[in-house]
Amino acid sequence: MSQESSTSLRTPLGRVRGLGAAKSGTDHFWKSRVTAVANVPLTISFVVIMLMLSKRDYAGAVKLVGQPLVAILLLLFIGSATYHMRLGMQVIIEDYVHSEGRKIALLMLNTFFAIAVGLASAYAILKIGFAG
Amino acid sequence: MAEFNLPKNSRLVEGKTWPKPAGANNLREFRIYRWDPDGESNPRVDTYFVDLDDCGPMILDAIIWIKNRIDPTLTFRRSCREGICGSCAMNIDGTNTLACTKGMDEVSGAVRIYPLPHMPVVKDLVPDLTRFYAQHASIEPWLKTETPAPEKEWRQSPSDREHLDGLYECILCACCSTSCPSYWWNGDRYLGPAALLQAYRWLIDSRDEATGDRLDNLEDPFRLYRCHTIMNCSNACPKGLNPAKAIAEIKKMMVARQV
Repeated sequence: MSQESSTSLRTPLGRVRGLGAAKSGTDHFWKSRVTAVANVPLTISFVVIMLMLSKRDYAGAVKLVGQPLVAILLLLFIGSATYHMRLGMQVIIEDYVHSEGRKIALLMLNTFFAIAVGLASAYAILKIGFAG
Repeated sequence: MAEFNLPKNSRLVEGKTWPKPAGANNLREFRIYRWDPDGESNPRVDTYFVDLDDCGPMILDAIIWIKNRIDPTLTFRRSCREGICGSCAMNIDGTNTLACTKGMDEVSGAVRIYPLPHMPVVKDLVPDLTRFYAQHASIEPWLKTETPAPEKEWRQSPSDREHLDGLYECILCACCSTSCPSYWWNGDRYLGPAALLQAYRWLIDSRDEATGDRLDNLEDPFRLYRCHTIMNCSNACPKGLNPAKAIAEIKKMMVARQV
């Protein structure tokens, strides 16, 4: 709709109404707030864990990440952060990318990227936890 | 992508410097955007000098003085000259505001005046606000009821009436919406702060019976949720209103009916 020709004789009100309200958006708004709140303690714990890791050698680092509490905190952080990242990036794409084709492609890539990064990170942690 | 550069034929060029009024000692420099739809030329910035000893204190006084004494082709909207009609909204010294309530003493150096940003220009300082008014119409700004109308009037308690304070004063000057970057990039789908403040004015009216329908009409990733609380709207509003807060209240109502 945003690409509608400026020479169209459609009335101004018709243009503003466009395809009507999508009846969604609140869910996105709410989830981005929930993950933002979750990210506060999770990011702090992530930074603390990273600082602890920086003082250890490889074997010590694997041992630390293998501990259930540490692994669960890291998994929660990855889940919340990548989901929040996907929601935020979606908004930026919708804000600034106005060609419909490119917008749809970028929205898909955004989702693929977030899932790939999240799953790869989670896999690494689980592998350390279960396979040492 | 969003446009960060003006198209070639919209880029500003240096315009004419009009002669200083003869015999005047107390001069103030004005740099004003000019564009003539009948010509082929790019928009330009003209320089004028206003004799402050012969002119009222407000910016509107000065541009009326310029139109009367120097250049009758300078085009702008104005009517009430007391901040209630919203006609003389323009970008003065980098902020959208009303020329009639902005004093020359509030601006330091040359007074730079441009039309409201990111709107099609009709001529000089006159923007095309057709879409802005259509967005206001789209929120259906009137009382909607199904209960048969009472014999005398719809009643409202003083405390319910207080909810409309800070909302009913909006004069639809468009200073807020045209200051909003989100409205610049997505003004075709985002309703903008003015229309949303007006929407909230009806959402919070205790006499209105269409609250749910009104929320349905706004529940959209673009119509409402393009607001990213940038707050330019509240900064710009020449009436001291807070559209950003009204939008936040709408978002709270959206969440309240779901959780």
